[in-house]
Amino acid sequence: MKAILTTIGKDQVGIIAGVSHFLAEKKINISDVSQTIMNGYFTMMMMVEIQEEQTEFTTLTRQLDELGKQLGVEIKIRREEIYDAMHQL
Amino acid sequence: METEKIKETIHMISDENLDVRTITMGISLLDCIDSDSTVACEKIYQKITTKAKHLVEVGRQIEVEYGIPIINKRISVTPIAIIAAASSDKDYFKYAKTLDKAAKNLGVNFIGGFSALVQKGYQTGDLKLIRSLPRVLAETDLVCASVNIGSTRSGINMDAVAEMGKIIKQASERSFMTNTKMVVFCNAVEDNPFMAGAFHGVGERDTVINVGVSGPGVVKHALEEVKGEPIDVVAETIKKTAFKVTRMGQLVGTIAAERLGVPFGIVDLSLAPTPAVGDSVAQILEEIGLEQVGTHGTTAALALLNDAVKKGGIMACSQVGGLSGAFIPVSEDAGMIAGVNSGSLNIEKLEAMTAVCSVGLDMIAVPGKTPAETIAAMIADEAAIGMINNKTTAVRVLPIQGKDVGDTVEFGGLLGHAPVMAVNAASSAAMIQRGGLIPAPIHSFKN
Repeated sequence: MKAILTTIGKDQVGIIAGVSHFLAEKKINISDVSQTIMNGYFTMMMMVEIQEEQTEFTTLTRQLDELGKQLGVEIKIRREEIYDAMHQL
Repeated sequence: METEKIKETIHMISDENLDVRTITMGISLLDCIDSDSTVACEKIYQKITTKAKHLVEVGRQIEVEYGIPIINKRISVTPIAIIAAASSDKDYFKYAKTLDKAAKNLGVNFIGGFSALVQKGYQTGDLKLIRSLPRVLAETDLVCASVNIGSTRSGINMDAVAEMGKIIKQASERSFMTNTKMVVFCNAVEDNPFMAGAFHGVGERDTVINVGVSGPGVVKHALEEVKGEPIDVVAETIKKTAFKVTRMGQLVGTIAAERLGVPFGIVDLSLAPTPAVGDSVAQILEEIGLEQVGTHGTTAALALLNDAVKKGGIMACSQVGGLSGAFIPVSEDAGMIAGVNSGSLNIEKLEAMTAVCSVGLDMIAVPGKTPAETIAAMIADEAAIGMINNKTTAVRVLPIQGKDVGDTVEFGGLLGHAPVMAVNAASSAAMIQRGGLIPAPIHSFKN
């Protein structure tokens, strides 16, 4: 399944490293990435591909929540369809 | 990856209170009818707990996977007055208890359908159900009730209007919360996912998933971007925003229906406020350019809002239904409460607003001493607006015992708090006591 992972927070050392390290550990592939600083906030969006049989979404969400707390940012993951649905017919 | 669109969606959910207000499973109980009420209740319990077994679980899954809050998981059933009519029970409390127990067992937020449709008269079960209402509302927790007393096609049943005035009054004497769970309708719809007025119409499929989306905050935010622009730009902006919000409802509904193995019914896009800051319909009207809701221009602004919401929603999903439009419950909307407290908004203005919005006089606290006939007359006025204008109108007024104008009553949670509002002191009793039927209007004869 494709999902969009968003990371928003105060810019600091190690955010990208922290997030991509976590994803690599979970064997989650990053297929696209975009990163900017908006109003002083670090904003990163990643499109990731999750093997459904490998990863339970609820657990993943909780782990990302914890990772976000460690890194001092907010990390959210949502299945891609919600973004498509809202903006495309 | 279209980052701008992703940002917009996230912003709507995180900062503007965009949510799926409810996933409501409609369940037909027609196959549970039995002349023995114990057997009927057992069938009802089994059917509801089987069909909706995974409703709460699926709702939670979708919340996690799509990161969209789903505030309520609910059930609506066939009006119980029809289901219970075959039994010889003197009241239908037992049926209500069964619904309550099933809802609690499943962990849903509410179960609607303790209802009667009496727009033209009473069948065997109707009056028994209506007279059970005060006890049912006081002694169950999750059961919601509704009574349809009028329609454009059949007129207004003034006997039922008078009866409902008395029932509301009696229910209020048991507890101030009872009437929050009951709605009196004219032109009730059969696929409404919103409470307290949801029931599963007899023309519906056996089981169906209906979804209610909300998002007044999203609309208000969008309008902040078009300050000072002509009013048609306002309408266009609301329409586009409504489209996006409804698309999300369509997605959530489709997924929920698929996972539950139940057909998908309708999306009801209703701007339903909550007491949370920035989740107010009144504030949308103020954003359009009113100093305070209730002032001159409020009805026009609301008419525009209600219509633009429908137009945006209709294109966005396969089937729009329910009430779709804007809700104006007083206690649940911080802007409405402020309007009442400042003296800008009163019942008379709210009544005018109900002629152009999707519902009616909703969540309005009135003094406990208000006579039953006055409450009945308020219902009659609302029903007349619905009947003549071919629209749904609803009344959820709450007489609060021991409180008077100027007092405030706290309902808690999504129901918020309400200032007790003044009603007209002149009596309507003689009119209400006449009873009978207000004939259907001339424009109902379309055949």
